[in-house]
Amino acid sequence: MLISALVAAAAFGAAFFAKTPRHRKPRRVAVGAAVGLAAAAVVPGVMGPCGFAAEASQVDHVLFFGLMLTASWLALIVVRMIYDRADGAAPETASMTGEIRSGGFRTKPWVPWLLLSPTLLILVVFLYTPAVQTFTLATKLARLGAPNSIDVCLGNFSELLVADPVRVVAYPLVAVAAVYATSWWRRATSRETVSHRLAEVASTFAVLGIFVALYAVFSPGGDGQVAYRPVYVTTLIITVGTVATGMVGGLAIAYLAFRNIRGGGVYRTLLIWPYAISPTVAGILFFMIFDPTAGIFQYLAEAWFGIDVPNYRENAVLAQAAIILASGWKILGYNILFYLAGLQNVPTSQVEAAVIDGASVWQRFTKIVLPALSPITFFLLVTNLTYAFFEIYATIDFMTKGAPAGKTSVAIYEIIRVGVNNGDLGRGAAQSVLLFIAVIGVTLWQFRTSGERVTYGGAG
Amino acid sequence: MAGLQVGVQKKGFVRGRQWPFHLALITSVLVIAFPLLYAALIATQTNAEIFSFRFTPGSALASNFDDVWVKREFSRAMWNSLQQSFWVTVGKTVLSLLAGLAFVYFRFRAKWFVFFFVLVTLMMPTEVMILAMFRLVSGFGWQDTMASITVPFIASATGAFLFRQHFANMPVELLEASQIDGATPFTFLTRILIPLSWNIIGALFVIQFVYTWNMFLWPSLIIRDDSAQVVQVAMQTLLNFGGALTFGPLMLAAIIASIPPALVFVVMQKPFMSGFVTAQDK
Repeated sequence: MLISALVAAAAFGAAFFAKTPRHRKPRRVAVGAAVGLAAAAVVPGVMGPCGFAAEASQVDHVLFFGLMLTASWLALIVVRMIYDRADGAAPETASMTGEIRSGGFRTKPWVPWLLLSPTLLILVVFLYTPAVQTFTLATKLARLGAPNSIDVCLGNFSELLVADPVRVVAYPLVAVAAVYATSWWRRATSRETVSHRLAEVASTFAVLGIFVALYAVFSPGGDGQVAYRPVYVTTLIITVGTVATGMVGGLAIAYLAFRNIRGGGVYRTLLIWPYAISPTVAGILFFMIFDPTAGIFQYLAEAWFGIDVPNYRENAVLAQAAIILASGWKILGYNILFYLAGLQNVPTSQVEAAVIDGASVWQRFTKIVLPALSPITFFLLVTNLTYAFFEIYATIDFMTKGAPAGKTSVAIYEIIRVGVNNGDLGRGAAQSVLLFIAVIGVTLWQFRTSGERVTYGGAG
Repeated sequence: MAGLQVGVQKKGFVRGRQWPFHLALITSVLVIAFPLLYAALIATQTNAEIFSFRFTPGSALASNFDDVWVKREFSRAMWNSLQQSFWVTVGKTVLSLLAGLAFVYFRFRAKWFVFFFVLVTLMMPTEVMILAMFRLVSGFGWQDTMASITVPFIASATGAFLFRQHFANMPVELLEASQIDGATPFTFLTRILIPLSWNIIGALFVIQFVYTWNMFLWPSLIIRDDSAQVVQVAMQTLLNFGGALTFGPLMLAAIIASIPPALVFVVMQKPFMSGFVTAQDK
């Protein structure tokens, strides 16, 4: 089985350079096959061929092969970058790294390395090392505080998935194929035609299909599997809810406050201050508001509307809504701040022209303001996602502690619960790897969409 | 006023009556401020006053403050957080300046590789590797030390790229002129680059201060000793006085803990905004 997996990786490497111009093709295909093979061999080389061992499950086989192919793919991307540089087709690294075109200090060659060394040292010790260790830890049965650990190969991962290898492979493949097919369809049709519209709708559904496929792949529990599907669903609900609340609210309020109105500066300051509030404090404030005995929310619901609101910590929908409200409120200030800055760049002349053409307020907003804001919207989407993935931990820890029955235990909360509170480092690390993959996905999507523009304001 | 309301104004899109906007804005301001105003009210009340839902300032502000600040030594947590925020902010600014200088004003082999090496860390947030990091830093014997909550955070890709981008947009003549004057890289940095970068430094200061001050998950894991704890985690202990659930001291602590970042944010708002705009203009 190992041999056939390696052959498949070599074939993948060869196919990777299938599009090369003819005069260079034989050589590059050969290099591709060799690199694909070698990179795939690194996986069993480091871990041992444990994924294909007799006692491993079929899902283990699938994951192990997937890991080998991923290693090949990463190595092949690097090789292609090197070839692209050699061909001169590369993006200009000079402008990308911000290098000035002339001059530069002529000093000893070690001076720039000296300047960079503190940064590189910290990044190696406190980012790269734990990143690598997260992966190795994820393949082990390791207890917090215990010096020894046992290799469990990919068992920590396969127990998070459904036990059926066909579904594990088929669902994501079908979803990804649908995304590629619909995006090809969209590009093949010309704009403003009916089929282009259809293609756009279909491609939206295809992207949503990826989330459905992931839902189907994560195990609902039972049969010795870990119930990760509920964690996935909870994370999805709270993330989407928080980001949607924060961004729609932020845009609406910024659009109001942006106007040239008396006291505008005062309004703007009074609107953006929650930026400085911590997620912990947001949790505490809403913990107070929603408290079932002392909180004003329950009191007013009872006094004004005669509604007896149940304890939010015992009701899944209310608990999730409370978390979403608290964290949505917390990021509102940040979103208003950036939308206010973005609204400065909306072309006034276009708005005036639209007014003359008799466009309605809503048309002006959707046709001119929204498109002009799309870079900011995109930037905020990424930072809000980061917030909802990680910073939300403190809010949840104060308000619900994951209750009721894990319905507010999002991925990061679950990692700490499993890895620290239960002391099961290996399983926690495996869940961290899943979150890692999600973050890499979001970041790559960001790079691809926004090119090389580097923005800041994120947590790091 | 009536005469001024005709036509499209210079900025913003208001024409016609303004009071609906004032109304909407005041409502927004109040809705956003409500949780904090409510907390300020609770912070002055005793438990009995809270449970009777009185909406006038209570009688317990002084005793709540005494509970928080003196009995539970919240001042110590504030001092710890202040130190942590100071070191992270200063460290990150200095390291980012040096990295930006190296990226823009030097040529060296493998620069593109170093660039990617730093760039890749943008997709490596601490949280996804927190278990391994906890093991690693514990292995250094750094539990309950200031080093554990500062050193891992003083380098970042965001800061380095921010200065890289800012320096790259400066005119080349600056460097040429200074080189003719015989400036070393160090004097070039301190005399030319830093004075031209105050907006960016200010923006980075606000972001980093708020980020560090609000850090919760990592200190909650690595700091177990109460005397070394930071404010965000220390607040958790304030829900309970004398064996009973108490709300007043907790709300007061939440407000006190929010003062330093809010102050930094309000005082530095101008450089923050202009630094942000500079970074956006490419």
